[in-house]
Amino acid sequence: MSILGTRVVRTEDPRLLTAGGIYVDDLRLPELAGAARVTFVRSPLAHALITGIDVSAALEAPGVVAVLTARDAGDLPPASTRPMTEPLLAGDRVRFVGEPVALVLTDHAYQGEDAAELVSVDYEPLTPVVDLSDSLAGGTLLFPDAESNLVATGSGGNGDPAKFDDCEVIVEQAIVNQRVAPVPLEVRGAAARWADGRLTLWASTQNAQLTRGAVAEALGLDFPAIRVITPDVGGGFGAKIATDRDVLAVAWAAKHVGRALRWAETRNENLMAMVHGRAQQQVIKIGGTRDGRILAYHLDIVQDCGGYPRAGGFLASLTQLMASGVYDLPRAGAQFRAVVTNTTPIAAYRGAGRPEAAAAIERAVDMFAAEIGMDPADLRRRNVVPPEAFPYTTATGATYDTGDYAQALDLVLAAAGYQDLRAAQARRREAGGPAQLGIGLSCYVEITAADGRQGETARLIVDDAGAATVHTGSSAHGQGHETAFAMLVQAELGIPMDRVTVLHGDTDMIPKGIGTYGSRSLQLGGTAVHQAAVDVKGQARKLAADMIEASEADLVLDTATGTWQVRGDPETRMSWAQLAGQAGPAGFVSDVEFKAAQATFPFGAHLALVEVDVETGKASLLRHVTVDDAGTILNPVLAEGQRHGGIAQGVAQALLEEVLYDADGNPLTNTLAAYAAITATELPFFELVSMETPTTVNPLGAKGIGEAGTIGATPAVQNAVIDAVAHLGVRHIEMPTTPERVWAAISEARASQ
Amino acid sequence: MKVTVTVNGEPVTADVEDRTLLVHYVRDVAGLTATNIGCDTTSCGACTVLLDGESVKSCTILAAQADGGEVVTVEGLAGAGGELHPMQSAFRAEHGLQCGFCTPGMVMAAISLLRENPAPTEAQVRAGLEGNLCRCTGYHNIVRAVLAAAEAGPVEAGPVEAGPVETGPVETGTEAAR
Repeated sequence: MSILGTRVVRTEDPRLLTAGGIYVDDLRLPELAGAARVTFVRSPLAHALITGIDVSAALEAPGVVAVLTARDAGDLPPASTRPMTEPLLAGDRVRFVGEPVALVLTDHAYQGEDAAELVSVDYEPLTPVVDLSDSLAGGTLLFPDAESNLVATGSGGNGDPAKFDDCEVIVEQAIVNQRVAPVPLEVRGAAARWADGRLTLWASTQNAQLTRGAVAEALGLDFPAIRVITPDVGGGFGAKIATDRDVLAVAWAAKHVGRALRWAETRNENLMAMVHGRAQQQVIKIGGTRDGRILAYHLDIVQDCGGYPRAGGFLASLTQLMASGVYDLPRAGAQFRAVVTNTTPIAAYRGAGRPEAAAAIERAVDMFAAEIGMDPADLRRRNVVPPEAFPYTTATGATYDTGDYAQALDLVLAAAGYQDLRAAQARRREAGGPAQLGIGLSCYVEITAADGRQGETARLIVDDAGAATVHTGSSAHGQGHETAFAMLVQAELGIPMDRVTVLHGDTDMIPKGIGTYGSRSLQLGGTAVHQAAVDVKGQARKLAADMIEASEADLVLDTATGTWQVRGDPETRMSWAQLAGQAGPAGFVSDVEFKAAQATFPFGAHLALVEVDVETGKASLLRHVTVDDAGTILNPVLAEGQRHGGIAQGVAQALLEEVLYDADGNPLTNTLAAYAAITATELPFFELVSMETPTTVNPLGAKGIGEAGTIGATPAVQNAVIDAVAHLGVRHIEMPTTPERVWAAISEARASQ
Repeated sequence: MKVTVTVNGEPVTADVEDRTLLVHYVRDVAGLTATNIGCDTTSCGACTVLLDGESVKSCTILAAQADGGEVVTVEGLAGAGGELHPMQSAFRAEHGLQCGFCTPGMVMAAISLLRENPAPTEAQVRAGLEGNLCRCTGYHNIVRAVLAAAEAGPVEAGPVEAGPVETGPVETGTEAAR
């Protein structure tokens, strides 16, 4: 029996549980002995001109090695002339609180905190642009050379917002998909060393090779002059895809001063200066017949990009692409405008554009169901893309590979006991007590490995000891790549997992690779490993046939023992060690780059059961039942772990988490005491239902599972909270559905009746 | 000032700045880097260690306050032969960790929890771990791991006794990790 699809505990864990991971701040390498500590001086204002910087007092402070500002950056390549270019260090202007202005280098970390206080920066405040409407109005421009605050616009589909003539019922609603913080437990960090004309950068990143590219561009270095190493990474969730300017500044400073440097930010800095996610204002419009056929849907998006463009426009384009969700709609369309504001920049956060699409249409469908008095499960079942329609191309241009959306919904409803829950809800409503039940549904489809054509690399080596080594361009930060990729090798070659070493994250060892984001690792990186194993198997078969003068077709590999033999002749038995010893100096080696012809589209359905105290507005999640179909599952343990974490982050957005600014652009949630990161007490055990609809896009049949839970969970929980108080006249509540918001919505509904 | 702290059974003495935090003493003086720093407001629990048998967030205690005390970190749990502490085993069997950053603090908090309440309910485990954030697991398998460890018997706050050493290959196959 193949190991694939079985429950395998992780090979990573003994090390992480006994010695702890080696994250970037844990590095105790000789190359970093005596490294100076970097402390950033950051802007305290959201929008201001810098009129002067006086570093003299800081330079006198104990332990200070150097204080570097934009004025010292003459050794950087000339700045890009593109509009809205982001500098390494702020020059004449700051555009968000937390923007890097200067680096203080000290012998020890505590000295850095002291000395940073002594850097005196003169600011001339400018009008802060915090509201998206103010940004769109363009009364104050963040980039005076640009014509407006617009970063990007787009539109797609055939869903003209004006064309709802044939709809008996039309529902419109403005919705905020609020800004949230990724909060990886390990904050950002880096170490850098310039020696012998070469930069070595250790960084907490999701992709070493892309980081090398960013460093090359920022510092004007060629690839051979850069080595990027990824130690253990304590979570990324998309926020460690891009190479932040802070990291580039550390790399530059190490070269500039010629001393090894280390940097680890504080959580306070992290919540101000690491990217945030989501941050869209949406208007949904949905129309159809009174008996439940949805005919038209339109989504209008204003994407907040924060102080610099970064990925904001891209995220909104993904929301647009996925706007129509799981539904087979005659007309669907979306348009977006992405703008800058004086807030922390926005980029990918688990789901990255797709949760915003799912939340919008799943709220729209629920509101439409409420308007026509139809059960939201029935309305969904009536309008989803039918299984025979795949591959299915949406109005906005996505081609869904495989799926069965109605089955996913039905499995969840059955597992949850939907009719019983509705009956229990009715009894609570009848009794009229303070604790009311809400049942929320979401059906979702999302896009993974959207850049599958860029592919991923793998090198597989089988040496003369019979051991295997995998070099992958993929980049684990908690997902369990070492376990998963070793399973693929064992399954194909019969080399046991504990004799398979999986390596990643060193550009000297693995010059070509992409990394981990967009739920791409298994379907691209894993497929590359699988194909390399298939190739090595072919090489071994040929070599063995030559060695014993047998026909290749007669040779069989017993994957239970990892031995080759001529079929029916145990005398000819050969081990991997024996064969690899004859294969060449390095044994068997295979280099593969797998490129997928198109993206894959995982899907699922979530049901959330909440209890809302209508006297206090407090919503509690009692149950969360999900189908998350990501095609063929390699290791249920890992897949379930990804679902659990995803669900929790999705619930967090629905119930608790929100990044807030005051009217001047001052962050109000820049500590974990203020930002309501979800804890164990706010979550139940999750109830996971299995469903596997393989994709045909790759030979593993695998789609991505990293982000699905987040995408499905948020709208299910939001819908559940609203459902709990719908009988009181509440039609919509914005996220997070805090007690204050729920209570206010109930009060408002009561007042208007 | 001169501070002596016994860390995982080894006395460590150093002259440190008065303001040195215990977590920096553990990481930079004792050289044990498993204990991590995840915030600056005593919110995340990544730095949780046992100080004289009680779980504390070592980012919120001065090394000076621990002078003369005994600290246990996650590095001090496994036996001399590498055998995992029951809580470590439970986290592994139940897939209670992903990126591993919260794990050392979470394991120490969980041990402290079970020493105070050897047979907690699910709700008591969740309440007991409220001060320890994890961003990867949704807490699902962490709570399962702690309940499984409780089921397995009383836990010690120190290294496991020498016993049969797990040196075999990684368990694979259909072994229950649920």
